[in-house]
Amino acid sequence: MAANADELLGLHRQMLLIRRFEEASAKAYSQGKIGGFLHLYIGQEASAVGAIANLGEGDSVVGTYRDHGIALARGMTARACMAELYGKVTGCSKGLGGSMHFFDAEKRMLGGDGIVGGHVAIAAGAAFASKYRGLKEVTVCFLGEGSVSIGGFHEALSLAALWSLPLVVIVENNEYSMGTPLERTMSVHDTSQKAHGYGMASDRFTSGDVLEVKRRVGEAVARARETSKPTLIEVRTYRYRGHSMSDPGKYRTADEVEERKKTDPILRAETDLRTLGLVDADFARIEAEIEFEIEDCLRFAEESAEPGEELIEAFTYA
Amino acid sequence: MRELRYREALREAIAEEMERDDRVFLMGEEVGYYQGAYKVTEGLLERFGTRRVVDTPITEEGFAGIGVGAAMMGLRPIIEFMTWNFSAVAFDQIINHAAKIRQMSGGQFSCPIVFRGPNGAAKQTAAQHSQCWEAFYTHIPGLKVVAPATVADAKGLLKSAIRDANPVLVLEDERLYGLKGEVPDGDHLVPIGLSAQRRDGDAVTIVTWGKMLHVVLPACELLAKEGIECAVFDLRSLRPLDLGPALASIERTGRALVVQESWPYGGVGAEVVDRIQREAFSALKGPVLRVTGRDAAMPYNKHLEELTIPTVDTVVRGVRAVLAS
Repeated sequence: MAANADELLGLHRQMLLIRRFEEASAKAYSQGKIGGFLHLYIGQEASAVGAIANLGEGDSVVGTYRDHGIALARGMTARACMAELYGKVTGCSKGLGGSMHFFDAEKRMLGGDGIVGGHVAIAAGAAFASKYRGLKEVTVCFLGEGSVSIGGFHEALSLAALWSLPLVVIVENNEYSMGTPLERTMSVHDTSQKAHGYGMASDRFTSGDVLEVKRRVGEAVARARETSKPTLIEVRTYRYRGHSMSDPGKYRTADEVEERKKTDPILRAETDLRTLGLVDADFARIEAEIEFEIEDCLRFAEESAEPGEELIEAFTYA
Repeated sequence: MRELRYREALREAIAEEMERDDRVFLMGEEVGYYQGAYKVTEGLLERFGTRRVVDTPITEEGFAGIGVGAAMMGLRPIIEFMTWNFSAVAFDQIINHAAKIRQMSGGQFSCPIVFRGPNGAAKQTAAQHSQCWEAFYTHIPGLKVVAPATVADAKGLLKSAIRDANPVLVLEDERLYGLKGEVPDGDHLVPIGLSAQRRDGDAVTIVTWGKMLHVVLPACELLAKEGIECAVFDLRSLRPLDLGPALASIERTGRALVVQESWPYGGVGAEVVDRIQREAFSALKGPVLRVTGRDAAMPYNKHLEELTIPTVDTVVRGVRAVLAS
């Protein structure tokens, strides 16, 4: 296989793992094994996978409550993630965080944040710490376009640009802020334009081709690493499922969702891989491997212990 | 021992901790070139440079959040609010993030950050600039809250706050910044979570904190002339709360009064009263009373402001009411 076929195969596998993980978590949720809120990433996989492929060990990632895909793309295990959804002590946050609060200190995954817009300044703070220490580390912050209207987003961008922080802010514009479409939430639908008021670099593209996502985010990551300049990126994407599991999706038509599935990033990657020589048997093997990993993480989550009562206050103070 | 002003003691605490630990930095509005809105940070920019003394635009949520992110990465930010009133627009960062990061991450990330600034009424600064914030912040598990009343405590508690591995909120007071007092030489640390007895007496036990200590002590002097001797306990730390010494005193006096500048509804005074009735019930000769600020937003008018905050006179009357009950 060509070099870029190897690369695309790796990214395709990550995207497929995320999709199957999310499908499994939706099923487990409907069986009552997962509680609280569950926000699925299905349809948006290329955004996290393409972006995070540019990062190294010292780099940091911050996301919103729609964080499963980001965590898996960052290399957190399906076991740690599924166990967290099950609220088990073996979960990535010991069962204390749940779906919205995936953390991993070793992988520099700083959450999983449940307050829209509140985490952008925290990401800027992580970037500030890297610059303060004189390290060439980059922080990538993911958010939905619903976060762009709130003040926290703007204060963070304002300071990141003013202080030249090594930060890449990725707005995953999936066109719906919960159930409200763009035309009812924003006067300007291209959220990357918000960068201009802060004198920040910006970019805008779709999430259809994971290699393109990787390349374009890679430019911003390189800019942050080499020149400590922040970038605001809008990735146009689409989620196939509701905002959360409780969302019946009455604000859009089934036809619209089906139409958008035609630009599915996993489908696109498969098509490209076939052009590069992969055949049905290859995909069947990948599916089987991922199916095994998903079954394994479900079994692990099922069999893991509940956190003990002693953990209620154990982490309140250091 | 040296005599310093309260603001100088705070400045020494910041400077000494910045000297000993490169992870410590100061961030806030006008902390650098302007030399601090209340001159607490005077001279620090010249000494430590722009890397570690960071002037911000007016973006409390933004720079509080940057502090939280930097603390999660292991730095030790000191975030100055020009007054605590402006922390209202950074509430989300303090309540939803700084206080909860450790719990949500299963203990993987800590948030060793200090938020500091003046709390309570200054002089005729009206409703939005005269509030006491301890009731809001002591409610939150994950936060520590201290309120130094003396110059020595201003230095010692701030130094402990900077070294603490948790978010610590330091409630200073504009009316105390010019206060003079003795400060022990050397590396003066006051542990967080210890109250201090400021006066002894067998008639009534008074529990207070912050600026109100300086109202309570003169009131006690007046009462002493009549032979009424009050014991006074300065909480110093409002969360965690150290009531042990005050409870021991109540065992002797059987009478207790809480004096607070803040509003009466809920709050630290109510928490103190609850603990006293639970832990010293059998010693009490009457109900525990509170002298508090009036239950209204602060009026601008000088005369009305004086009527809104506890004074020597209202504390004296409070002690008499406790004795009469």
